[in-house]
Amino acid sequence: MYTMSSKIKSFSLILIVLGAIGLIYSFIDAPSSVEEVKEMLHTENASHGAESVAMQGDHASEDAHADEHAEHIYHQLQNKPWAALYVPALFLFLISLGVFVFYALQNAAQAGWSPVLFRVMEGIASYLVPGGIIVYILLLLSSLHFNHLFVWMDPEVVAHDEIIQNKTAYLNTPFFLIRAAIYMIGWVLFSKLIIKNSRKMDDGFDLRLHKRNFKLSAGFLVFFIVTESMMSWDWIMSIDTHWFSTLFGWFVLASILVSAVTTIALVTIYLKGKGYLENVNNSHIHDLGKFMMGFSIFWAYLWFSQFLLIWYSNIPEEVTYYAQRLEDYPVLFFGTVILNWVLPMLILINSDFKRINWIIVFAGVIILLGNYLNFFVMIMPGTVGESWTIGIPEISSVLLILGLFIFTVFKALAKAPLTVKHNAFLEESKHFHY
Amino acid sequence: MASKVLHAIFTDDDILMQAVKALREKKYSIDEVFCPFPVHGLDKAMGIPHTRLAITSFLYGLVGLAVATWMMNFIMIEDWPQNIGGKPSFSYLENMPAFVPIMFEMTVFFAAHLMVITFYMRSKLWPFKKAENPDVRTTDDKFLMEISVNETNVQAIAEVLHENGASEIKLIDNK
Repeated sequence: MYTMSSKIKSFSLILIVLGAIGLIYSFIDAPSSVEEVKEMLHTENASHGAESVAMQGDHASEDAHADEHAEHIYHQLQNKPWAALYVPALFLFLISLGVFVFYALQNAAQAGWSPVLFRVMEGIASYLVPGGIIVYILLLLSSLHFNHLFVWMDPEVVAHDEIIQNKTAYLNTPFFLIRAAIYMIGWVLFSKLIIKNSRKMDDGFDLRLHKRNFKLSAGFLVFFIVTESMMSWDWIMSIDTHWFSTLFGWFVLASILVSAVTTIALVTIYLKGKGYLENVNNSHIHDLGKFMMGFSIFWAYLWFSQFLLIWYSNIPEEVTYYAQRLEDYPVLFFGTVILNWVLPMLILINSDFKRINWIIVFAGVIILLGNYLNFFVMIMPGTVGESWTIGIPEISSVLLILGLFIFTVFKALAKAPLTVKHNAFLEESKHFHY
Repeated sequence: MASKVLHAIFTDDDILMQAVKALREKKYSIDEVFCPFPVHGLDKAMGIPHTRLAITSFLYGLVGLAVATWMMNFIMIEDWPQNIGGKPSFSYLENMPAFVPIMFEMTVFFAAHLMVITFYMRSKLWPFKKAENPDVRTTDDKFLMEISVNETNVQAIAEVLHENGASEIKLIDNK
């Protein structure tokens, strides 16, 4: 039985407090009127004095342009703390979902190596409920016009935009919220049922429970792949409302899976290092390492497939998505490829390296950072555009959500024995070696 | 080189593994083991060093990547930079996405084929090669162990083999 150490507890609470303070500060710090932004832009321009003198020409049109520009920047800066919070909230929620998907996959595939890791996966999946609530509240606040994360939610914009008007049958607020509720309730229900059966099996092996979990897992995977695809259209792709891509759902899925497997590996290594999980050996770590590397390459494959097809045909209505990212986010845009593919592949290609804990941790941190930036590059350009930074709002919201995540996960890990007591494949898993 | 070898036949891979371990414990060296199928863990029990085939494959992959990059840079960018459908042929980097499928395939092609050829060369396999099979039954259901012996230790080794379940033991002149 695991008990949450006071160190982890205070560490996560410190993260939450620091994050909350930073986030409150960034909400207060966001400009509250267009005038404030104008002032800000003015002082910025003053520092490039020579330029602004040279540009004094047609006053009237320039002023009108400056007003428009200021308003544009104002909306972006107002969105900033919201988008900064939305990225990690969504990312960590989807990680816990991904962990549960991996768990269901292991059940459905009747994997012989993983049952000793099931409780770790169940623990991480427990973040589904608080994470889901946070994401849902953020979506609800967007629908109530507290922010402009989703441009199609603004009736004024839709009134002048024929492209969005043609999409309102799908993209309208009530339907959006109902869909989100269906996905989340479905995922949480499946996870509660499957985990409940797994806990019940601790009292004694029951073939009926085993079979029920097998069927539930298979059913969940079908439900998941449909809802995941729609979720990625709703929560991420609809931010860039004019743009669409058919493999987007898969691309998001790859990012979720690779971060989920990495999170499982990191938590496992932490618990193993603390002396729990006596049945986990370095072959289990090796297997997780293989999944990390495989899914990294899968991510890169989809990233490149999406990019290549759009770059190659260069159709204006599709290519603006990448044009904007290449112009405003060049370092992050290509940085994600290095962090999510090049480095993990080169580090994890060696079979011996995949058995060494610190190398897995090192690669894991790179992968998690890279996938956070992947979500950042998917969400930020459509919400804050060129006004992005990685400053107080972004870092503090990561700390806040990460603190919550760690607190929930380790609290849940303490609720049940860290190794399942009965599973059809438990013995095989204990003696797994590769 | 010893002039004589012992051929010990085993009927089961578990028994074979036991015999291998027993001989290794007594510091006798085993020349060769012939099996009809891969026996899991036999290489470790015999103390054979790990293969470096994967490392050669990685290096061959790098060669393939370099060949593809050099070839397309020369043809498409340096030699005759035409405007084909508006694709930017000013530098390799600008047109790189279009080259990636070929770079990928060439990497895999070189890595795979050169590794296979390396494998053939290292294990001395080619068409019309004379089969080196001491006993035809080893391709069907028998396991054969070959140990070099001399007059001083032949008796001792034969006894170890016999104790560990060899079903036939033959003393043969080494060719």
